[in-house]
Amino acid sequence: MQSQATYNYKVVRQFAVMTVIWGIVGMLVGVIIAAQLVWPELNVHEFLSYGRLRPLHTNAVIFAFGGCALFATSYYCVQRTSHAPLFAPGLAAFTFWGWQVVIVLAALSLPLGFTQAKEYAELEWPIDILITLVWVSYAVVFFGTIVKRTVSHIYVANWFFGGFILTVAVLHLVNSAAIPVFSAGVLTPKSYSAYAGVQDAMIQWWYGHNAVGFFLTAGFLGMMYYFVPKQAGRPVYSYRLSVVHFWALIFTYMWAGPHHLHYTALPDWTQSVGMIFSLILLAPSWGGMINGIMTLSGAWHKLRDDPILKFMITSLSFYGMSTFEGPMMSIKTVNALSHYTDWTVGHVHSGALGWVAMISIGSIYYLLPRLFGKPEMHSKKLIEAHFWIATIGVVLYIASMWIAGVMQGLMWRATNVDGTLTYSFVESVKATYPFWTIRLLGGLLFLSGMVIMAYNMFLTMAGGKAVDAPVLAPAGAH
Amino acid sequence: MDINDLRSIFTVLAFIAFIGIVWWAYSDRRKATYDEAAMLPLDDDSPFVPMVPSGPQVTKNQERKSS
Repeated sequence: MQSQATYNYKVVRQFAVMTVIWGIVGMLVGVIIAAQLVWPELNVHEFLSYGRLRPLHTNAVIFAFGGCALFATSYYCVQRTSHAPLFAPGLAAFTFWGWQVVIVLAALSLPLGFTQAKEYAELEWPIDILITLVWVSYAVVFFGTIVKRTVSHIYVANWFFGGFILTVAVLHLVNSAAIPVFSAGVLTPKSYSAYAGVQDAMIQWWYGHNAVGFFLTAGFLGMMYYFVPKQAGRPVYSYRLSVVHFWALIFTYMWAGPHHLHYTALPDWTQSVGMIFSLILLAPSWGGMINGIMTLSGAWHKLRDDPILKFMITSLSFYGMSTFEGPMMSIKTVNALSHYTDWTVGHVHSGALGWVAMISIGSIYYLLPRLFGKPEMHSKKLIEAHFWIATIGVVLYIASMWIAGVMQGLMWRATNVDGTLTYSFVESVKATYPFWTIRLLGGLLFLSGMVIMAYNMFLTMAGGKAVDAPVLAPAGAH
Repeated sequence: MDINDLRSIFTVLAFIAFIGIVWWAYSDRRKATYDEAAMLPLDDDSPFVPMVPSGPQVTKNQERKSS
């Protein structure tokens, strides 16, 4: 047999390894700011103060950890389900190095205080331009690979990855539109949003919620639709449901953003539209979750001794939980209690740690041995340990934040018979300390799990050699 | 007719389009295609497509490959 073309695993390997590294970095920053809430003395320097590190934490876990996981898994999935190596490998290499530069620039500029002050879009305009270049290259590589596929179908996971790539491009371009500041005739890295007032707020949360809906949901659902069937060794429970799932998400997510702006200057009808679409979202979210979990139907016994599958199925359970909680919190009267409290923080982490991180961790555990020519990960016991440590960590985190959030909400709205507030704000802060301590412990556990994963990863890589699997040959060649 | 009527019409059209997608996805005609597509992640480890019934039948997946 003549030498065969191989899939491009190099870029997948790079992104997969960096997923683990950035996961540790991003979660470490999270643990540091959680500790700063418990011990404010830890705000040792302005560069390392809570206000500067908090956006660094969110950017690092979403875009560095989550982003690298999405690049790695989408590049792997699209090649293998298209039976074609990546289109434009040079451009694919650029997406890796470009994305790493973005991350490093974020890690430098945010502590230094450069920010557009838009949540999850804090990075200043020069970095935004680099993100745009990387993202367009990503789209070219991904869709180019789909175009040159040698099978007729475009597998459903690629629809989700494709939807995620396109939407994030639109979101980033619109929300990051800004006017740079010229100081004494010199262009500075400082800029101001192109929008003003309530329109600015609405565009920000149109972006913000769709960053959740497409970056943190559609992309990871793509991961779910490829890696859960792979690890379970069975096709997805219902392919038709997955098609309806895709279109239902696309049709509804776009309109849910206003629920971040309940009881603000945003027109009331807009708030109601946001609430209604958020409630509708429960249906596609649960459809997708059921589709993922039911993929295991008839093979439930595999859960008993496969920790990777445990990660995946647990992630789907958290996905179901947080997509029930989200629509509930978008109801205006519930939001009146929950908004601005730690309940929101708990909800986000039930999605981010429970769903996004766990499905990524499961998928990366699946990938690593295959990328480094090993039959399996160095230690299955350590994956099992990671699973339990991470699960206990998430549960501690979200349970403490639920209690803290409801308590804060009730304290803030409590009034005396004469109409004055029963509690001052600082009293609610004082009452929250024990829960912040439990949250710190939960975060610390989740971070320890990632350190175990890194140890397991390096031992798997040691002595392994980078392998590239051959591209599936055309049917006629056999 | 003002712009809000157009917005309402667009919302209704989008809803009809979605119902159309559901009807299309669940129609019997799509079943074979979807069964085949669902196997894509699983049949990529071996050069042979395991779910293909024996015989000279060529699936759509292979058609494009040999052309």
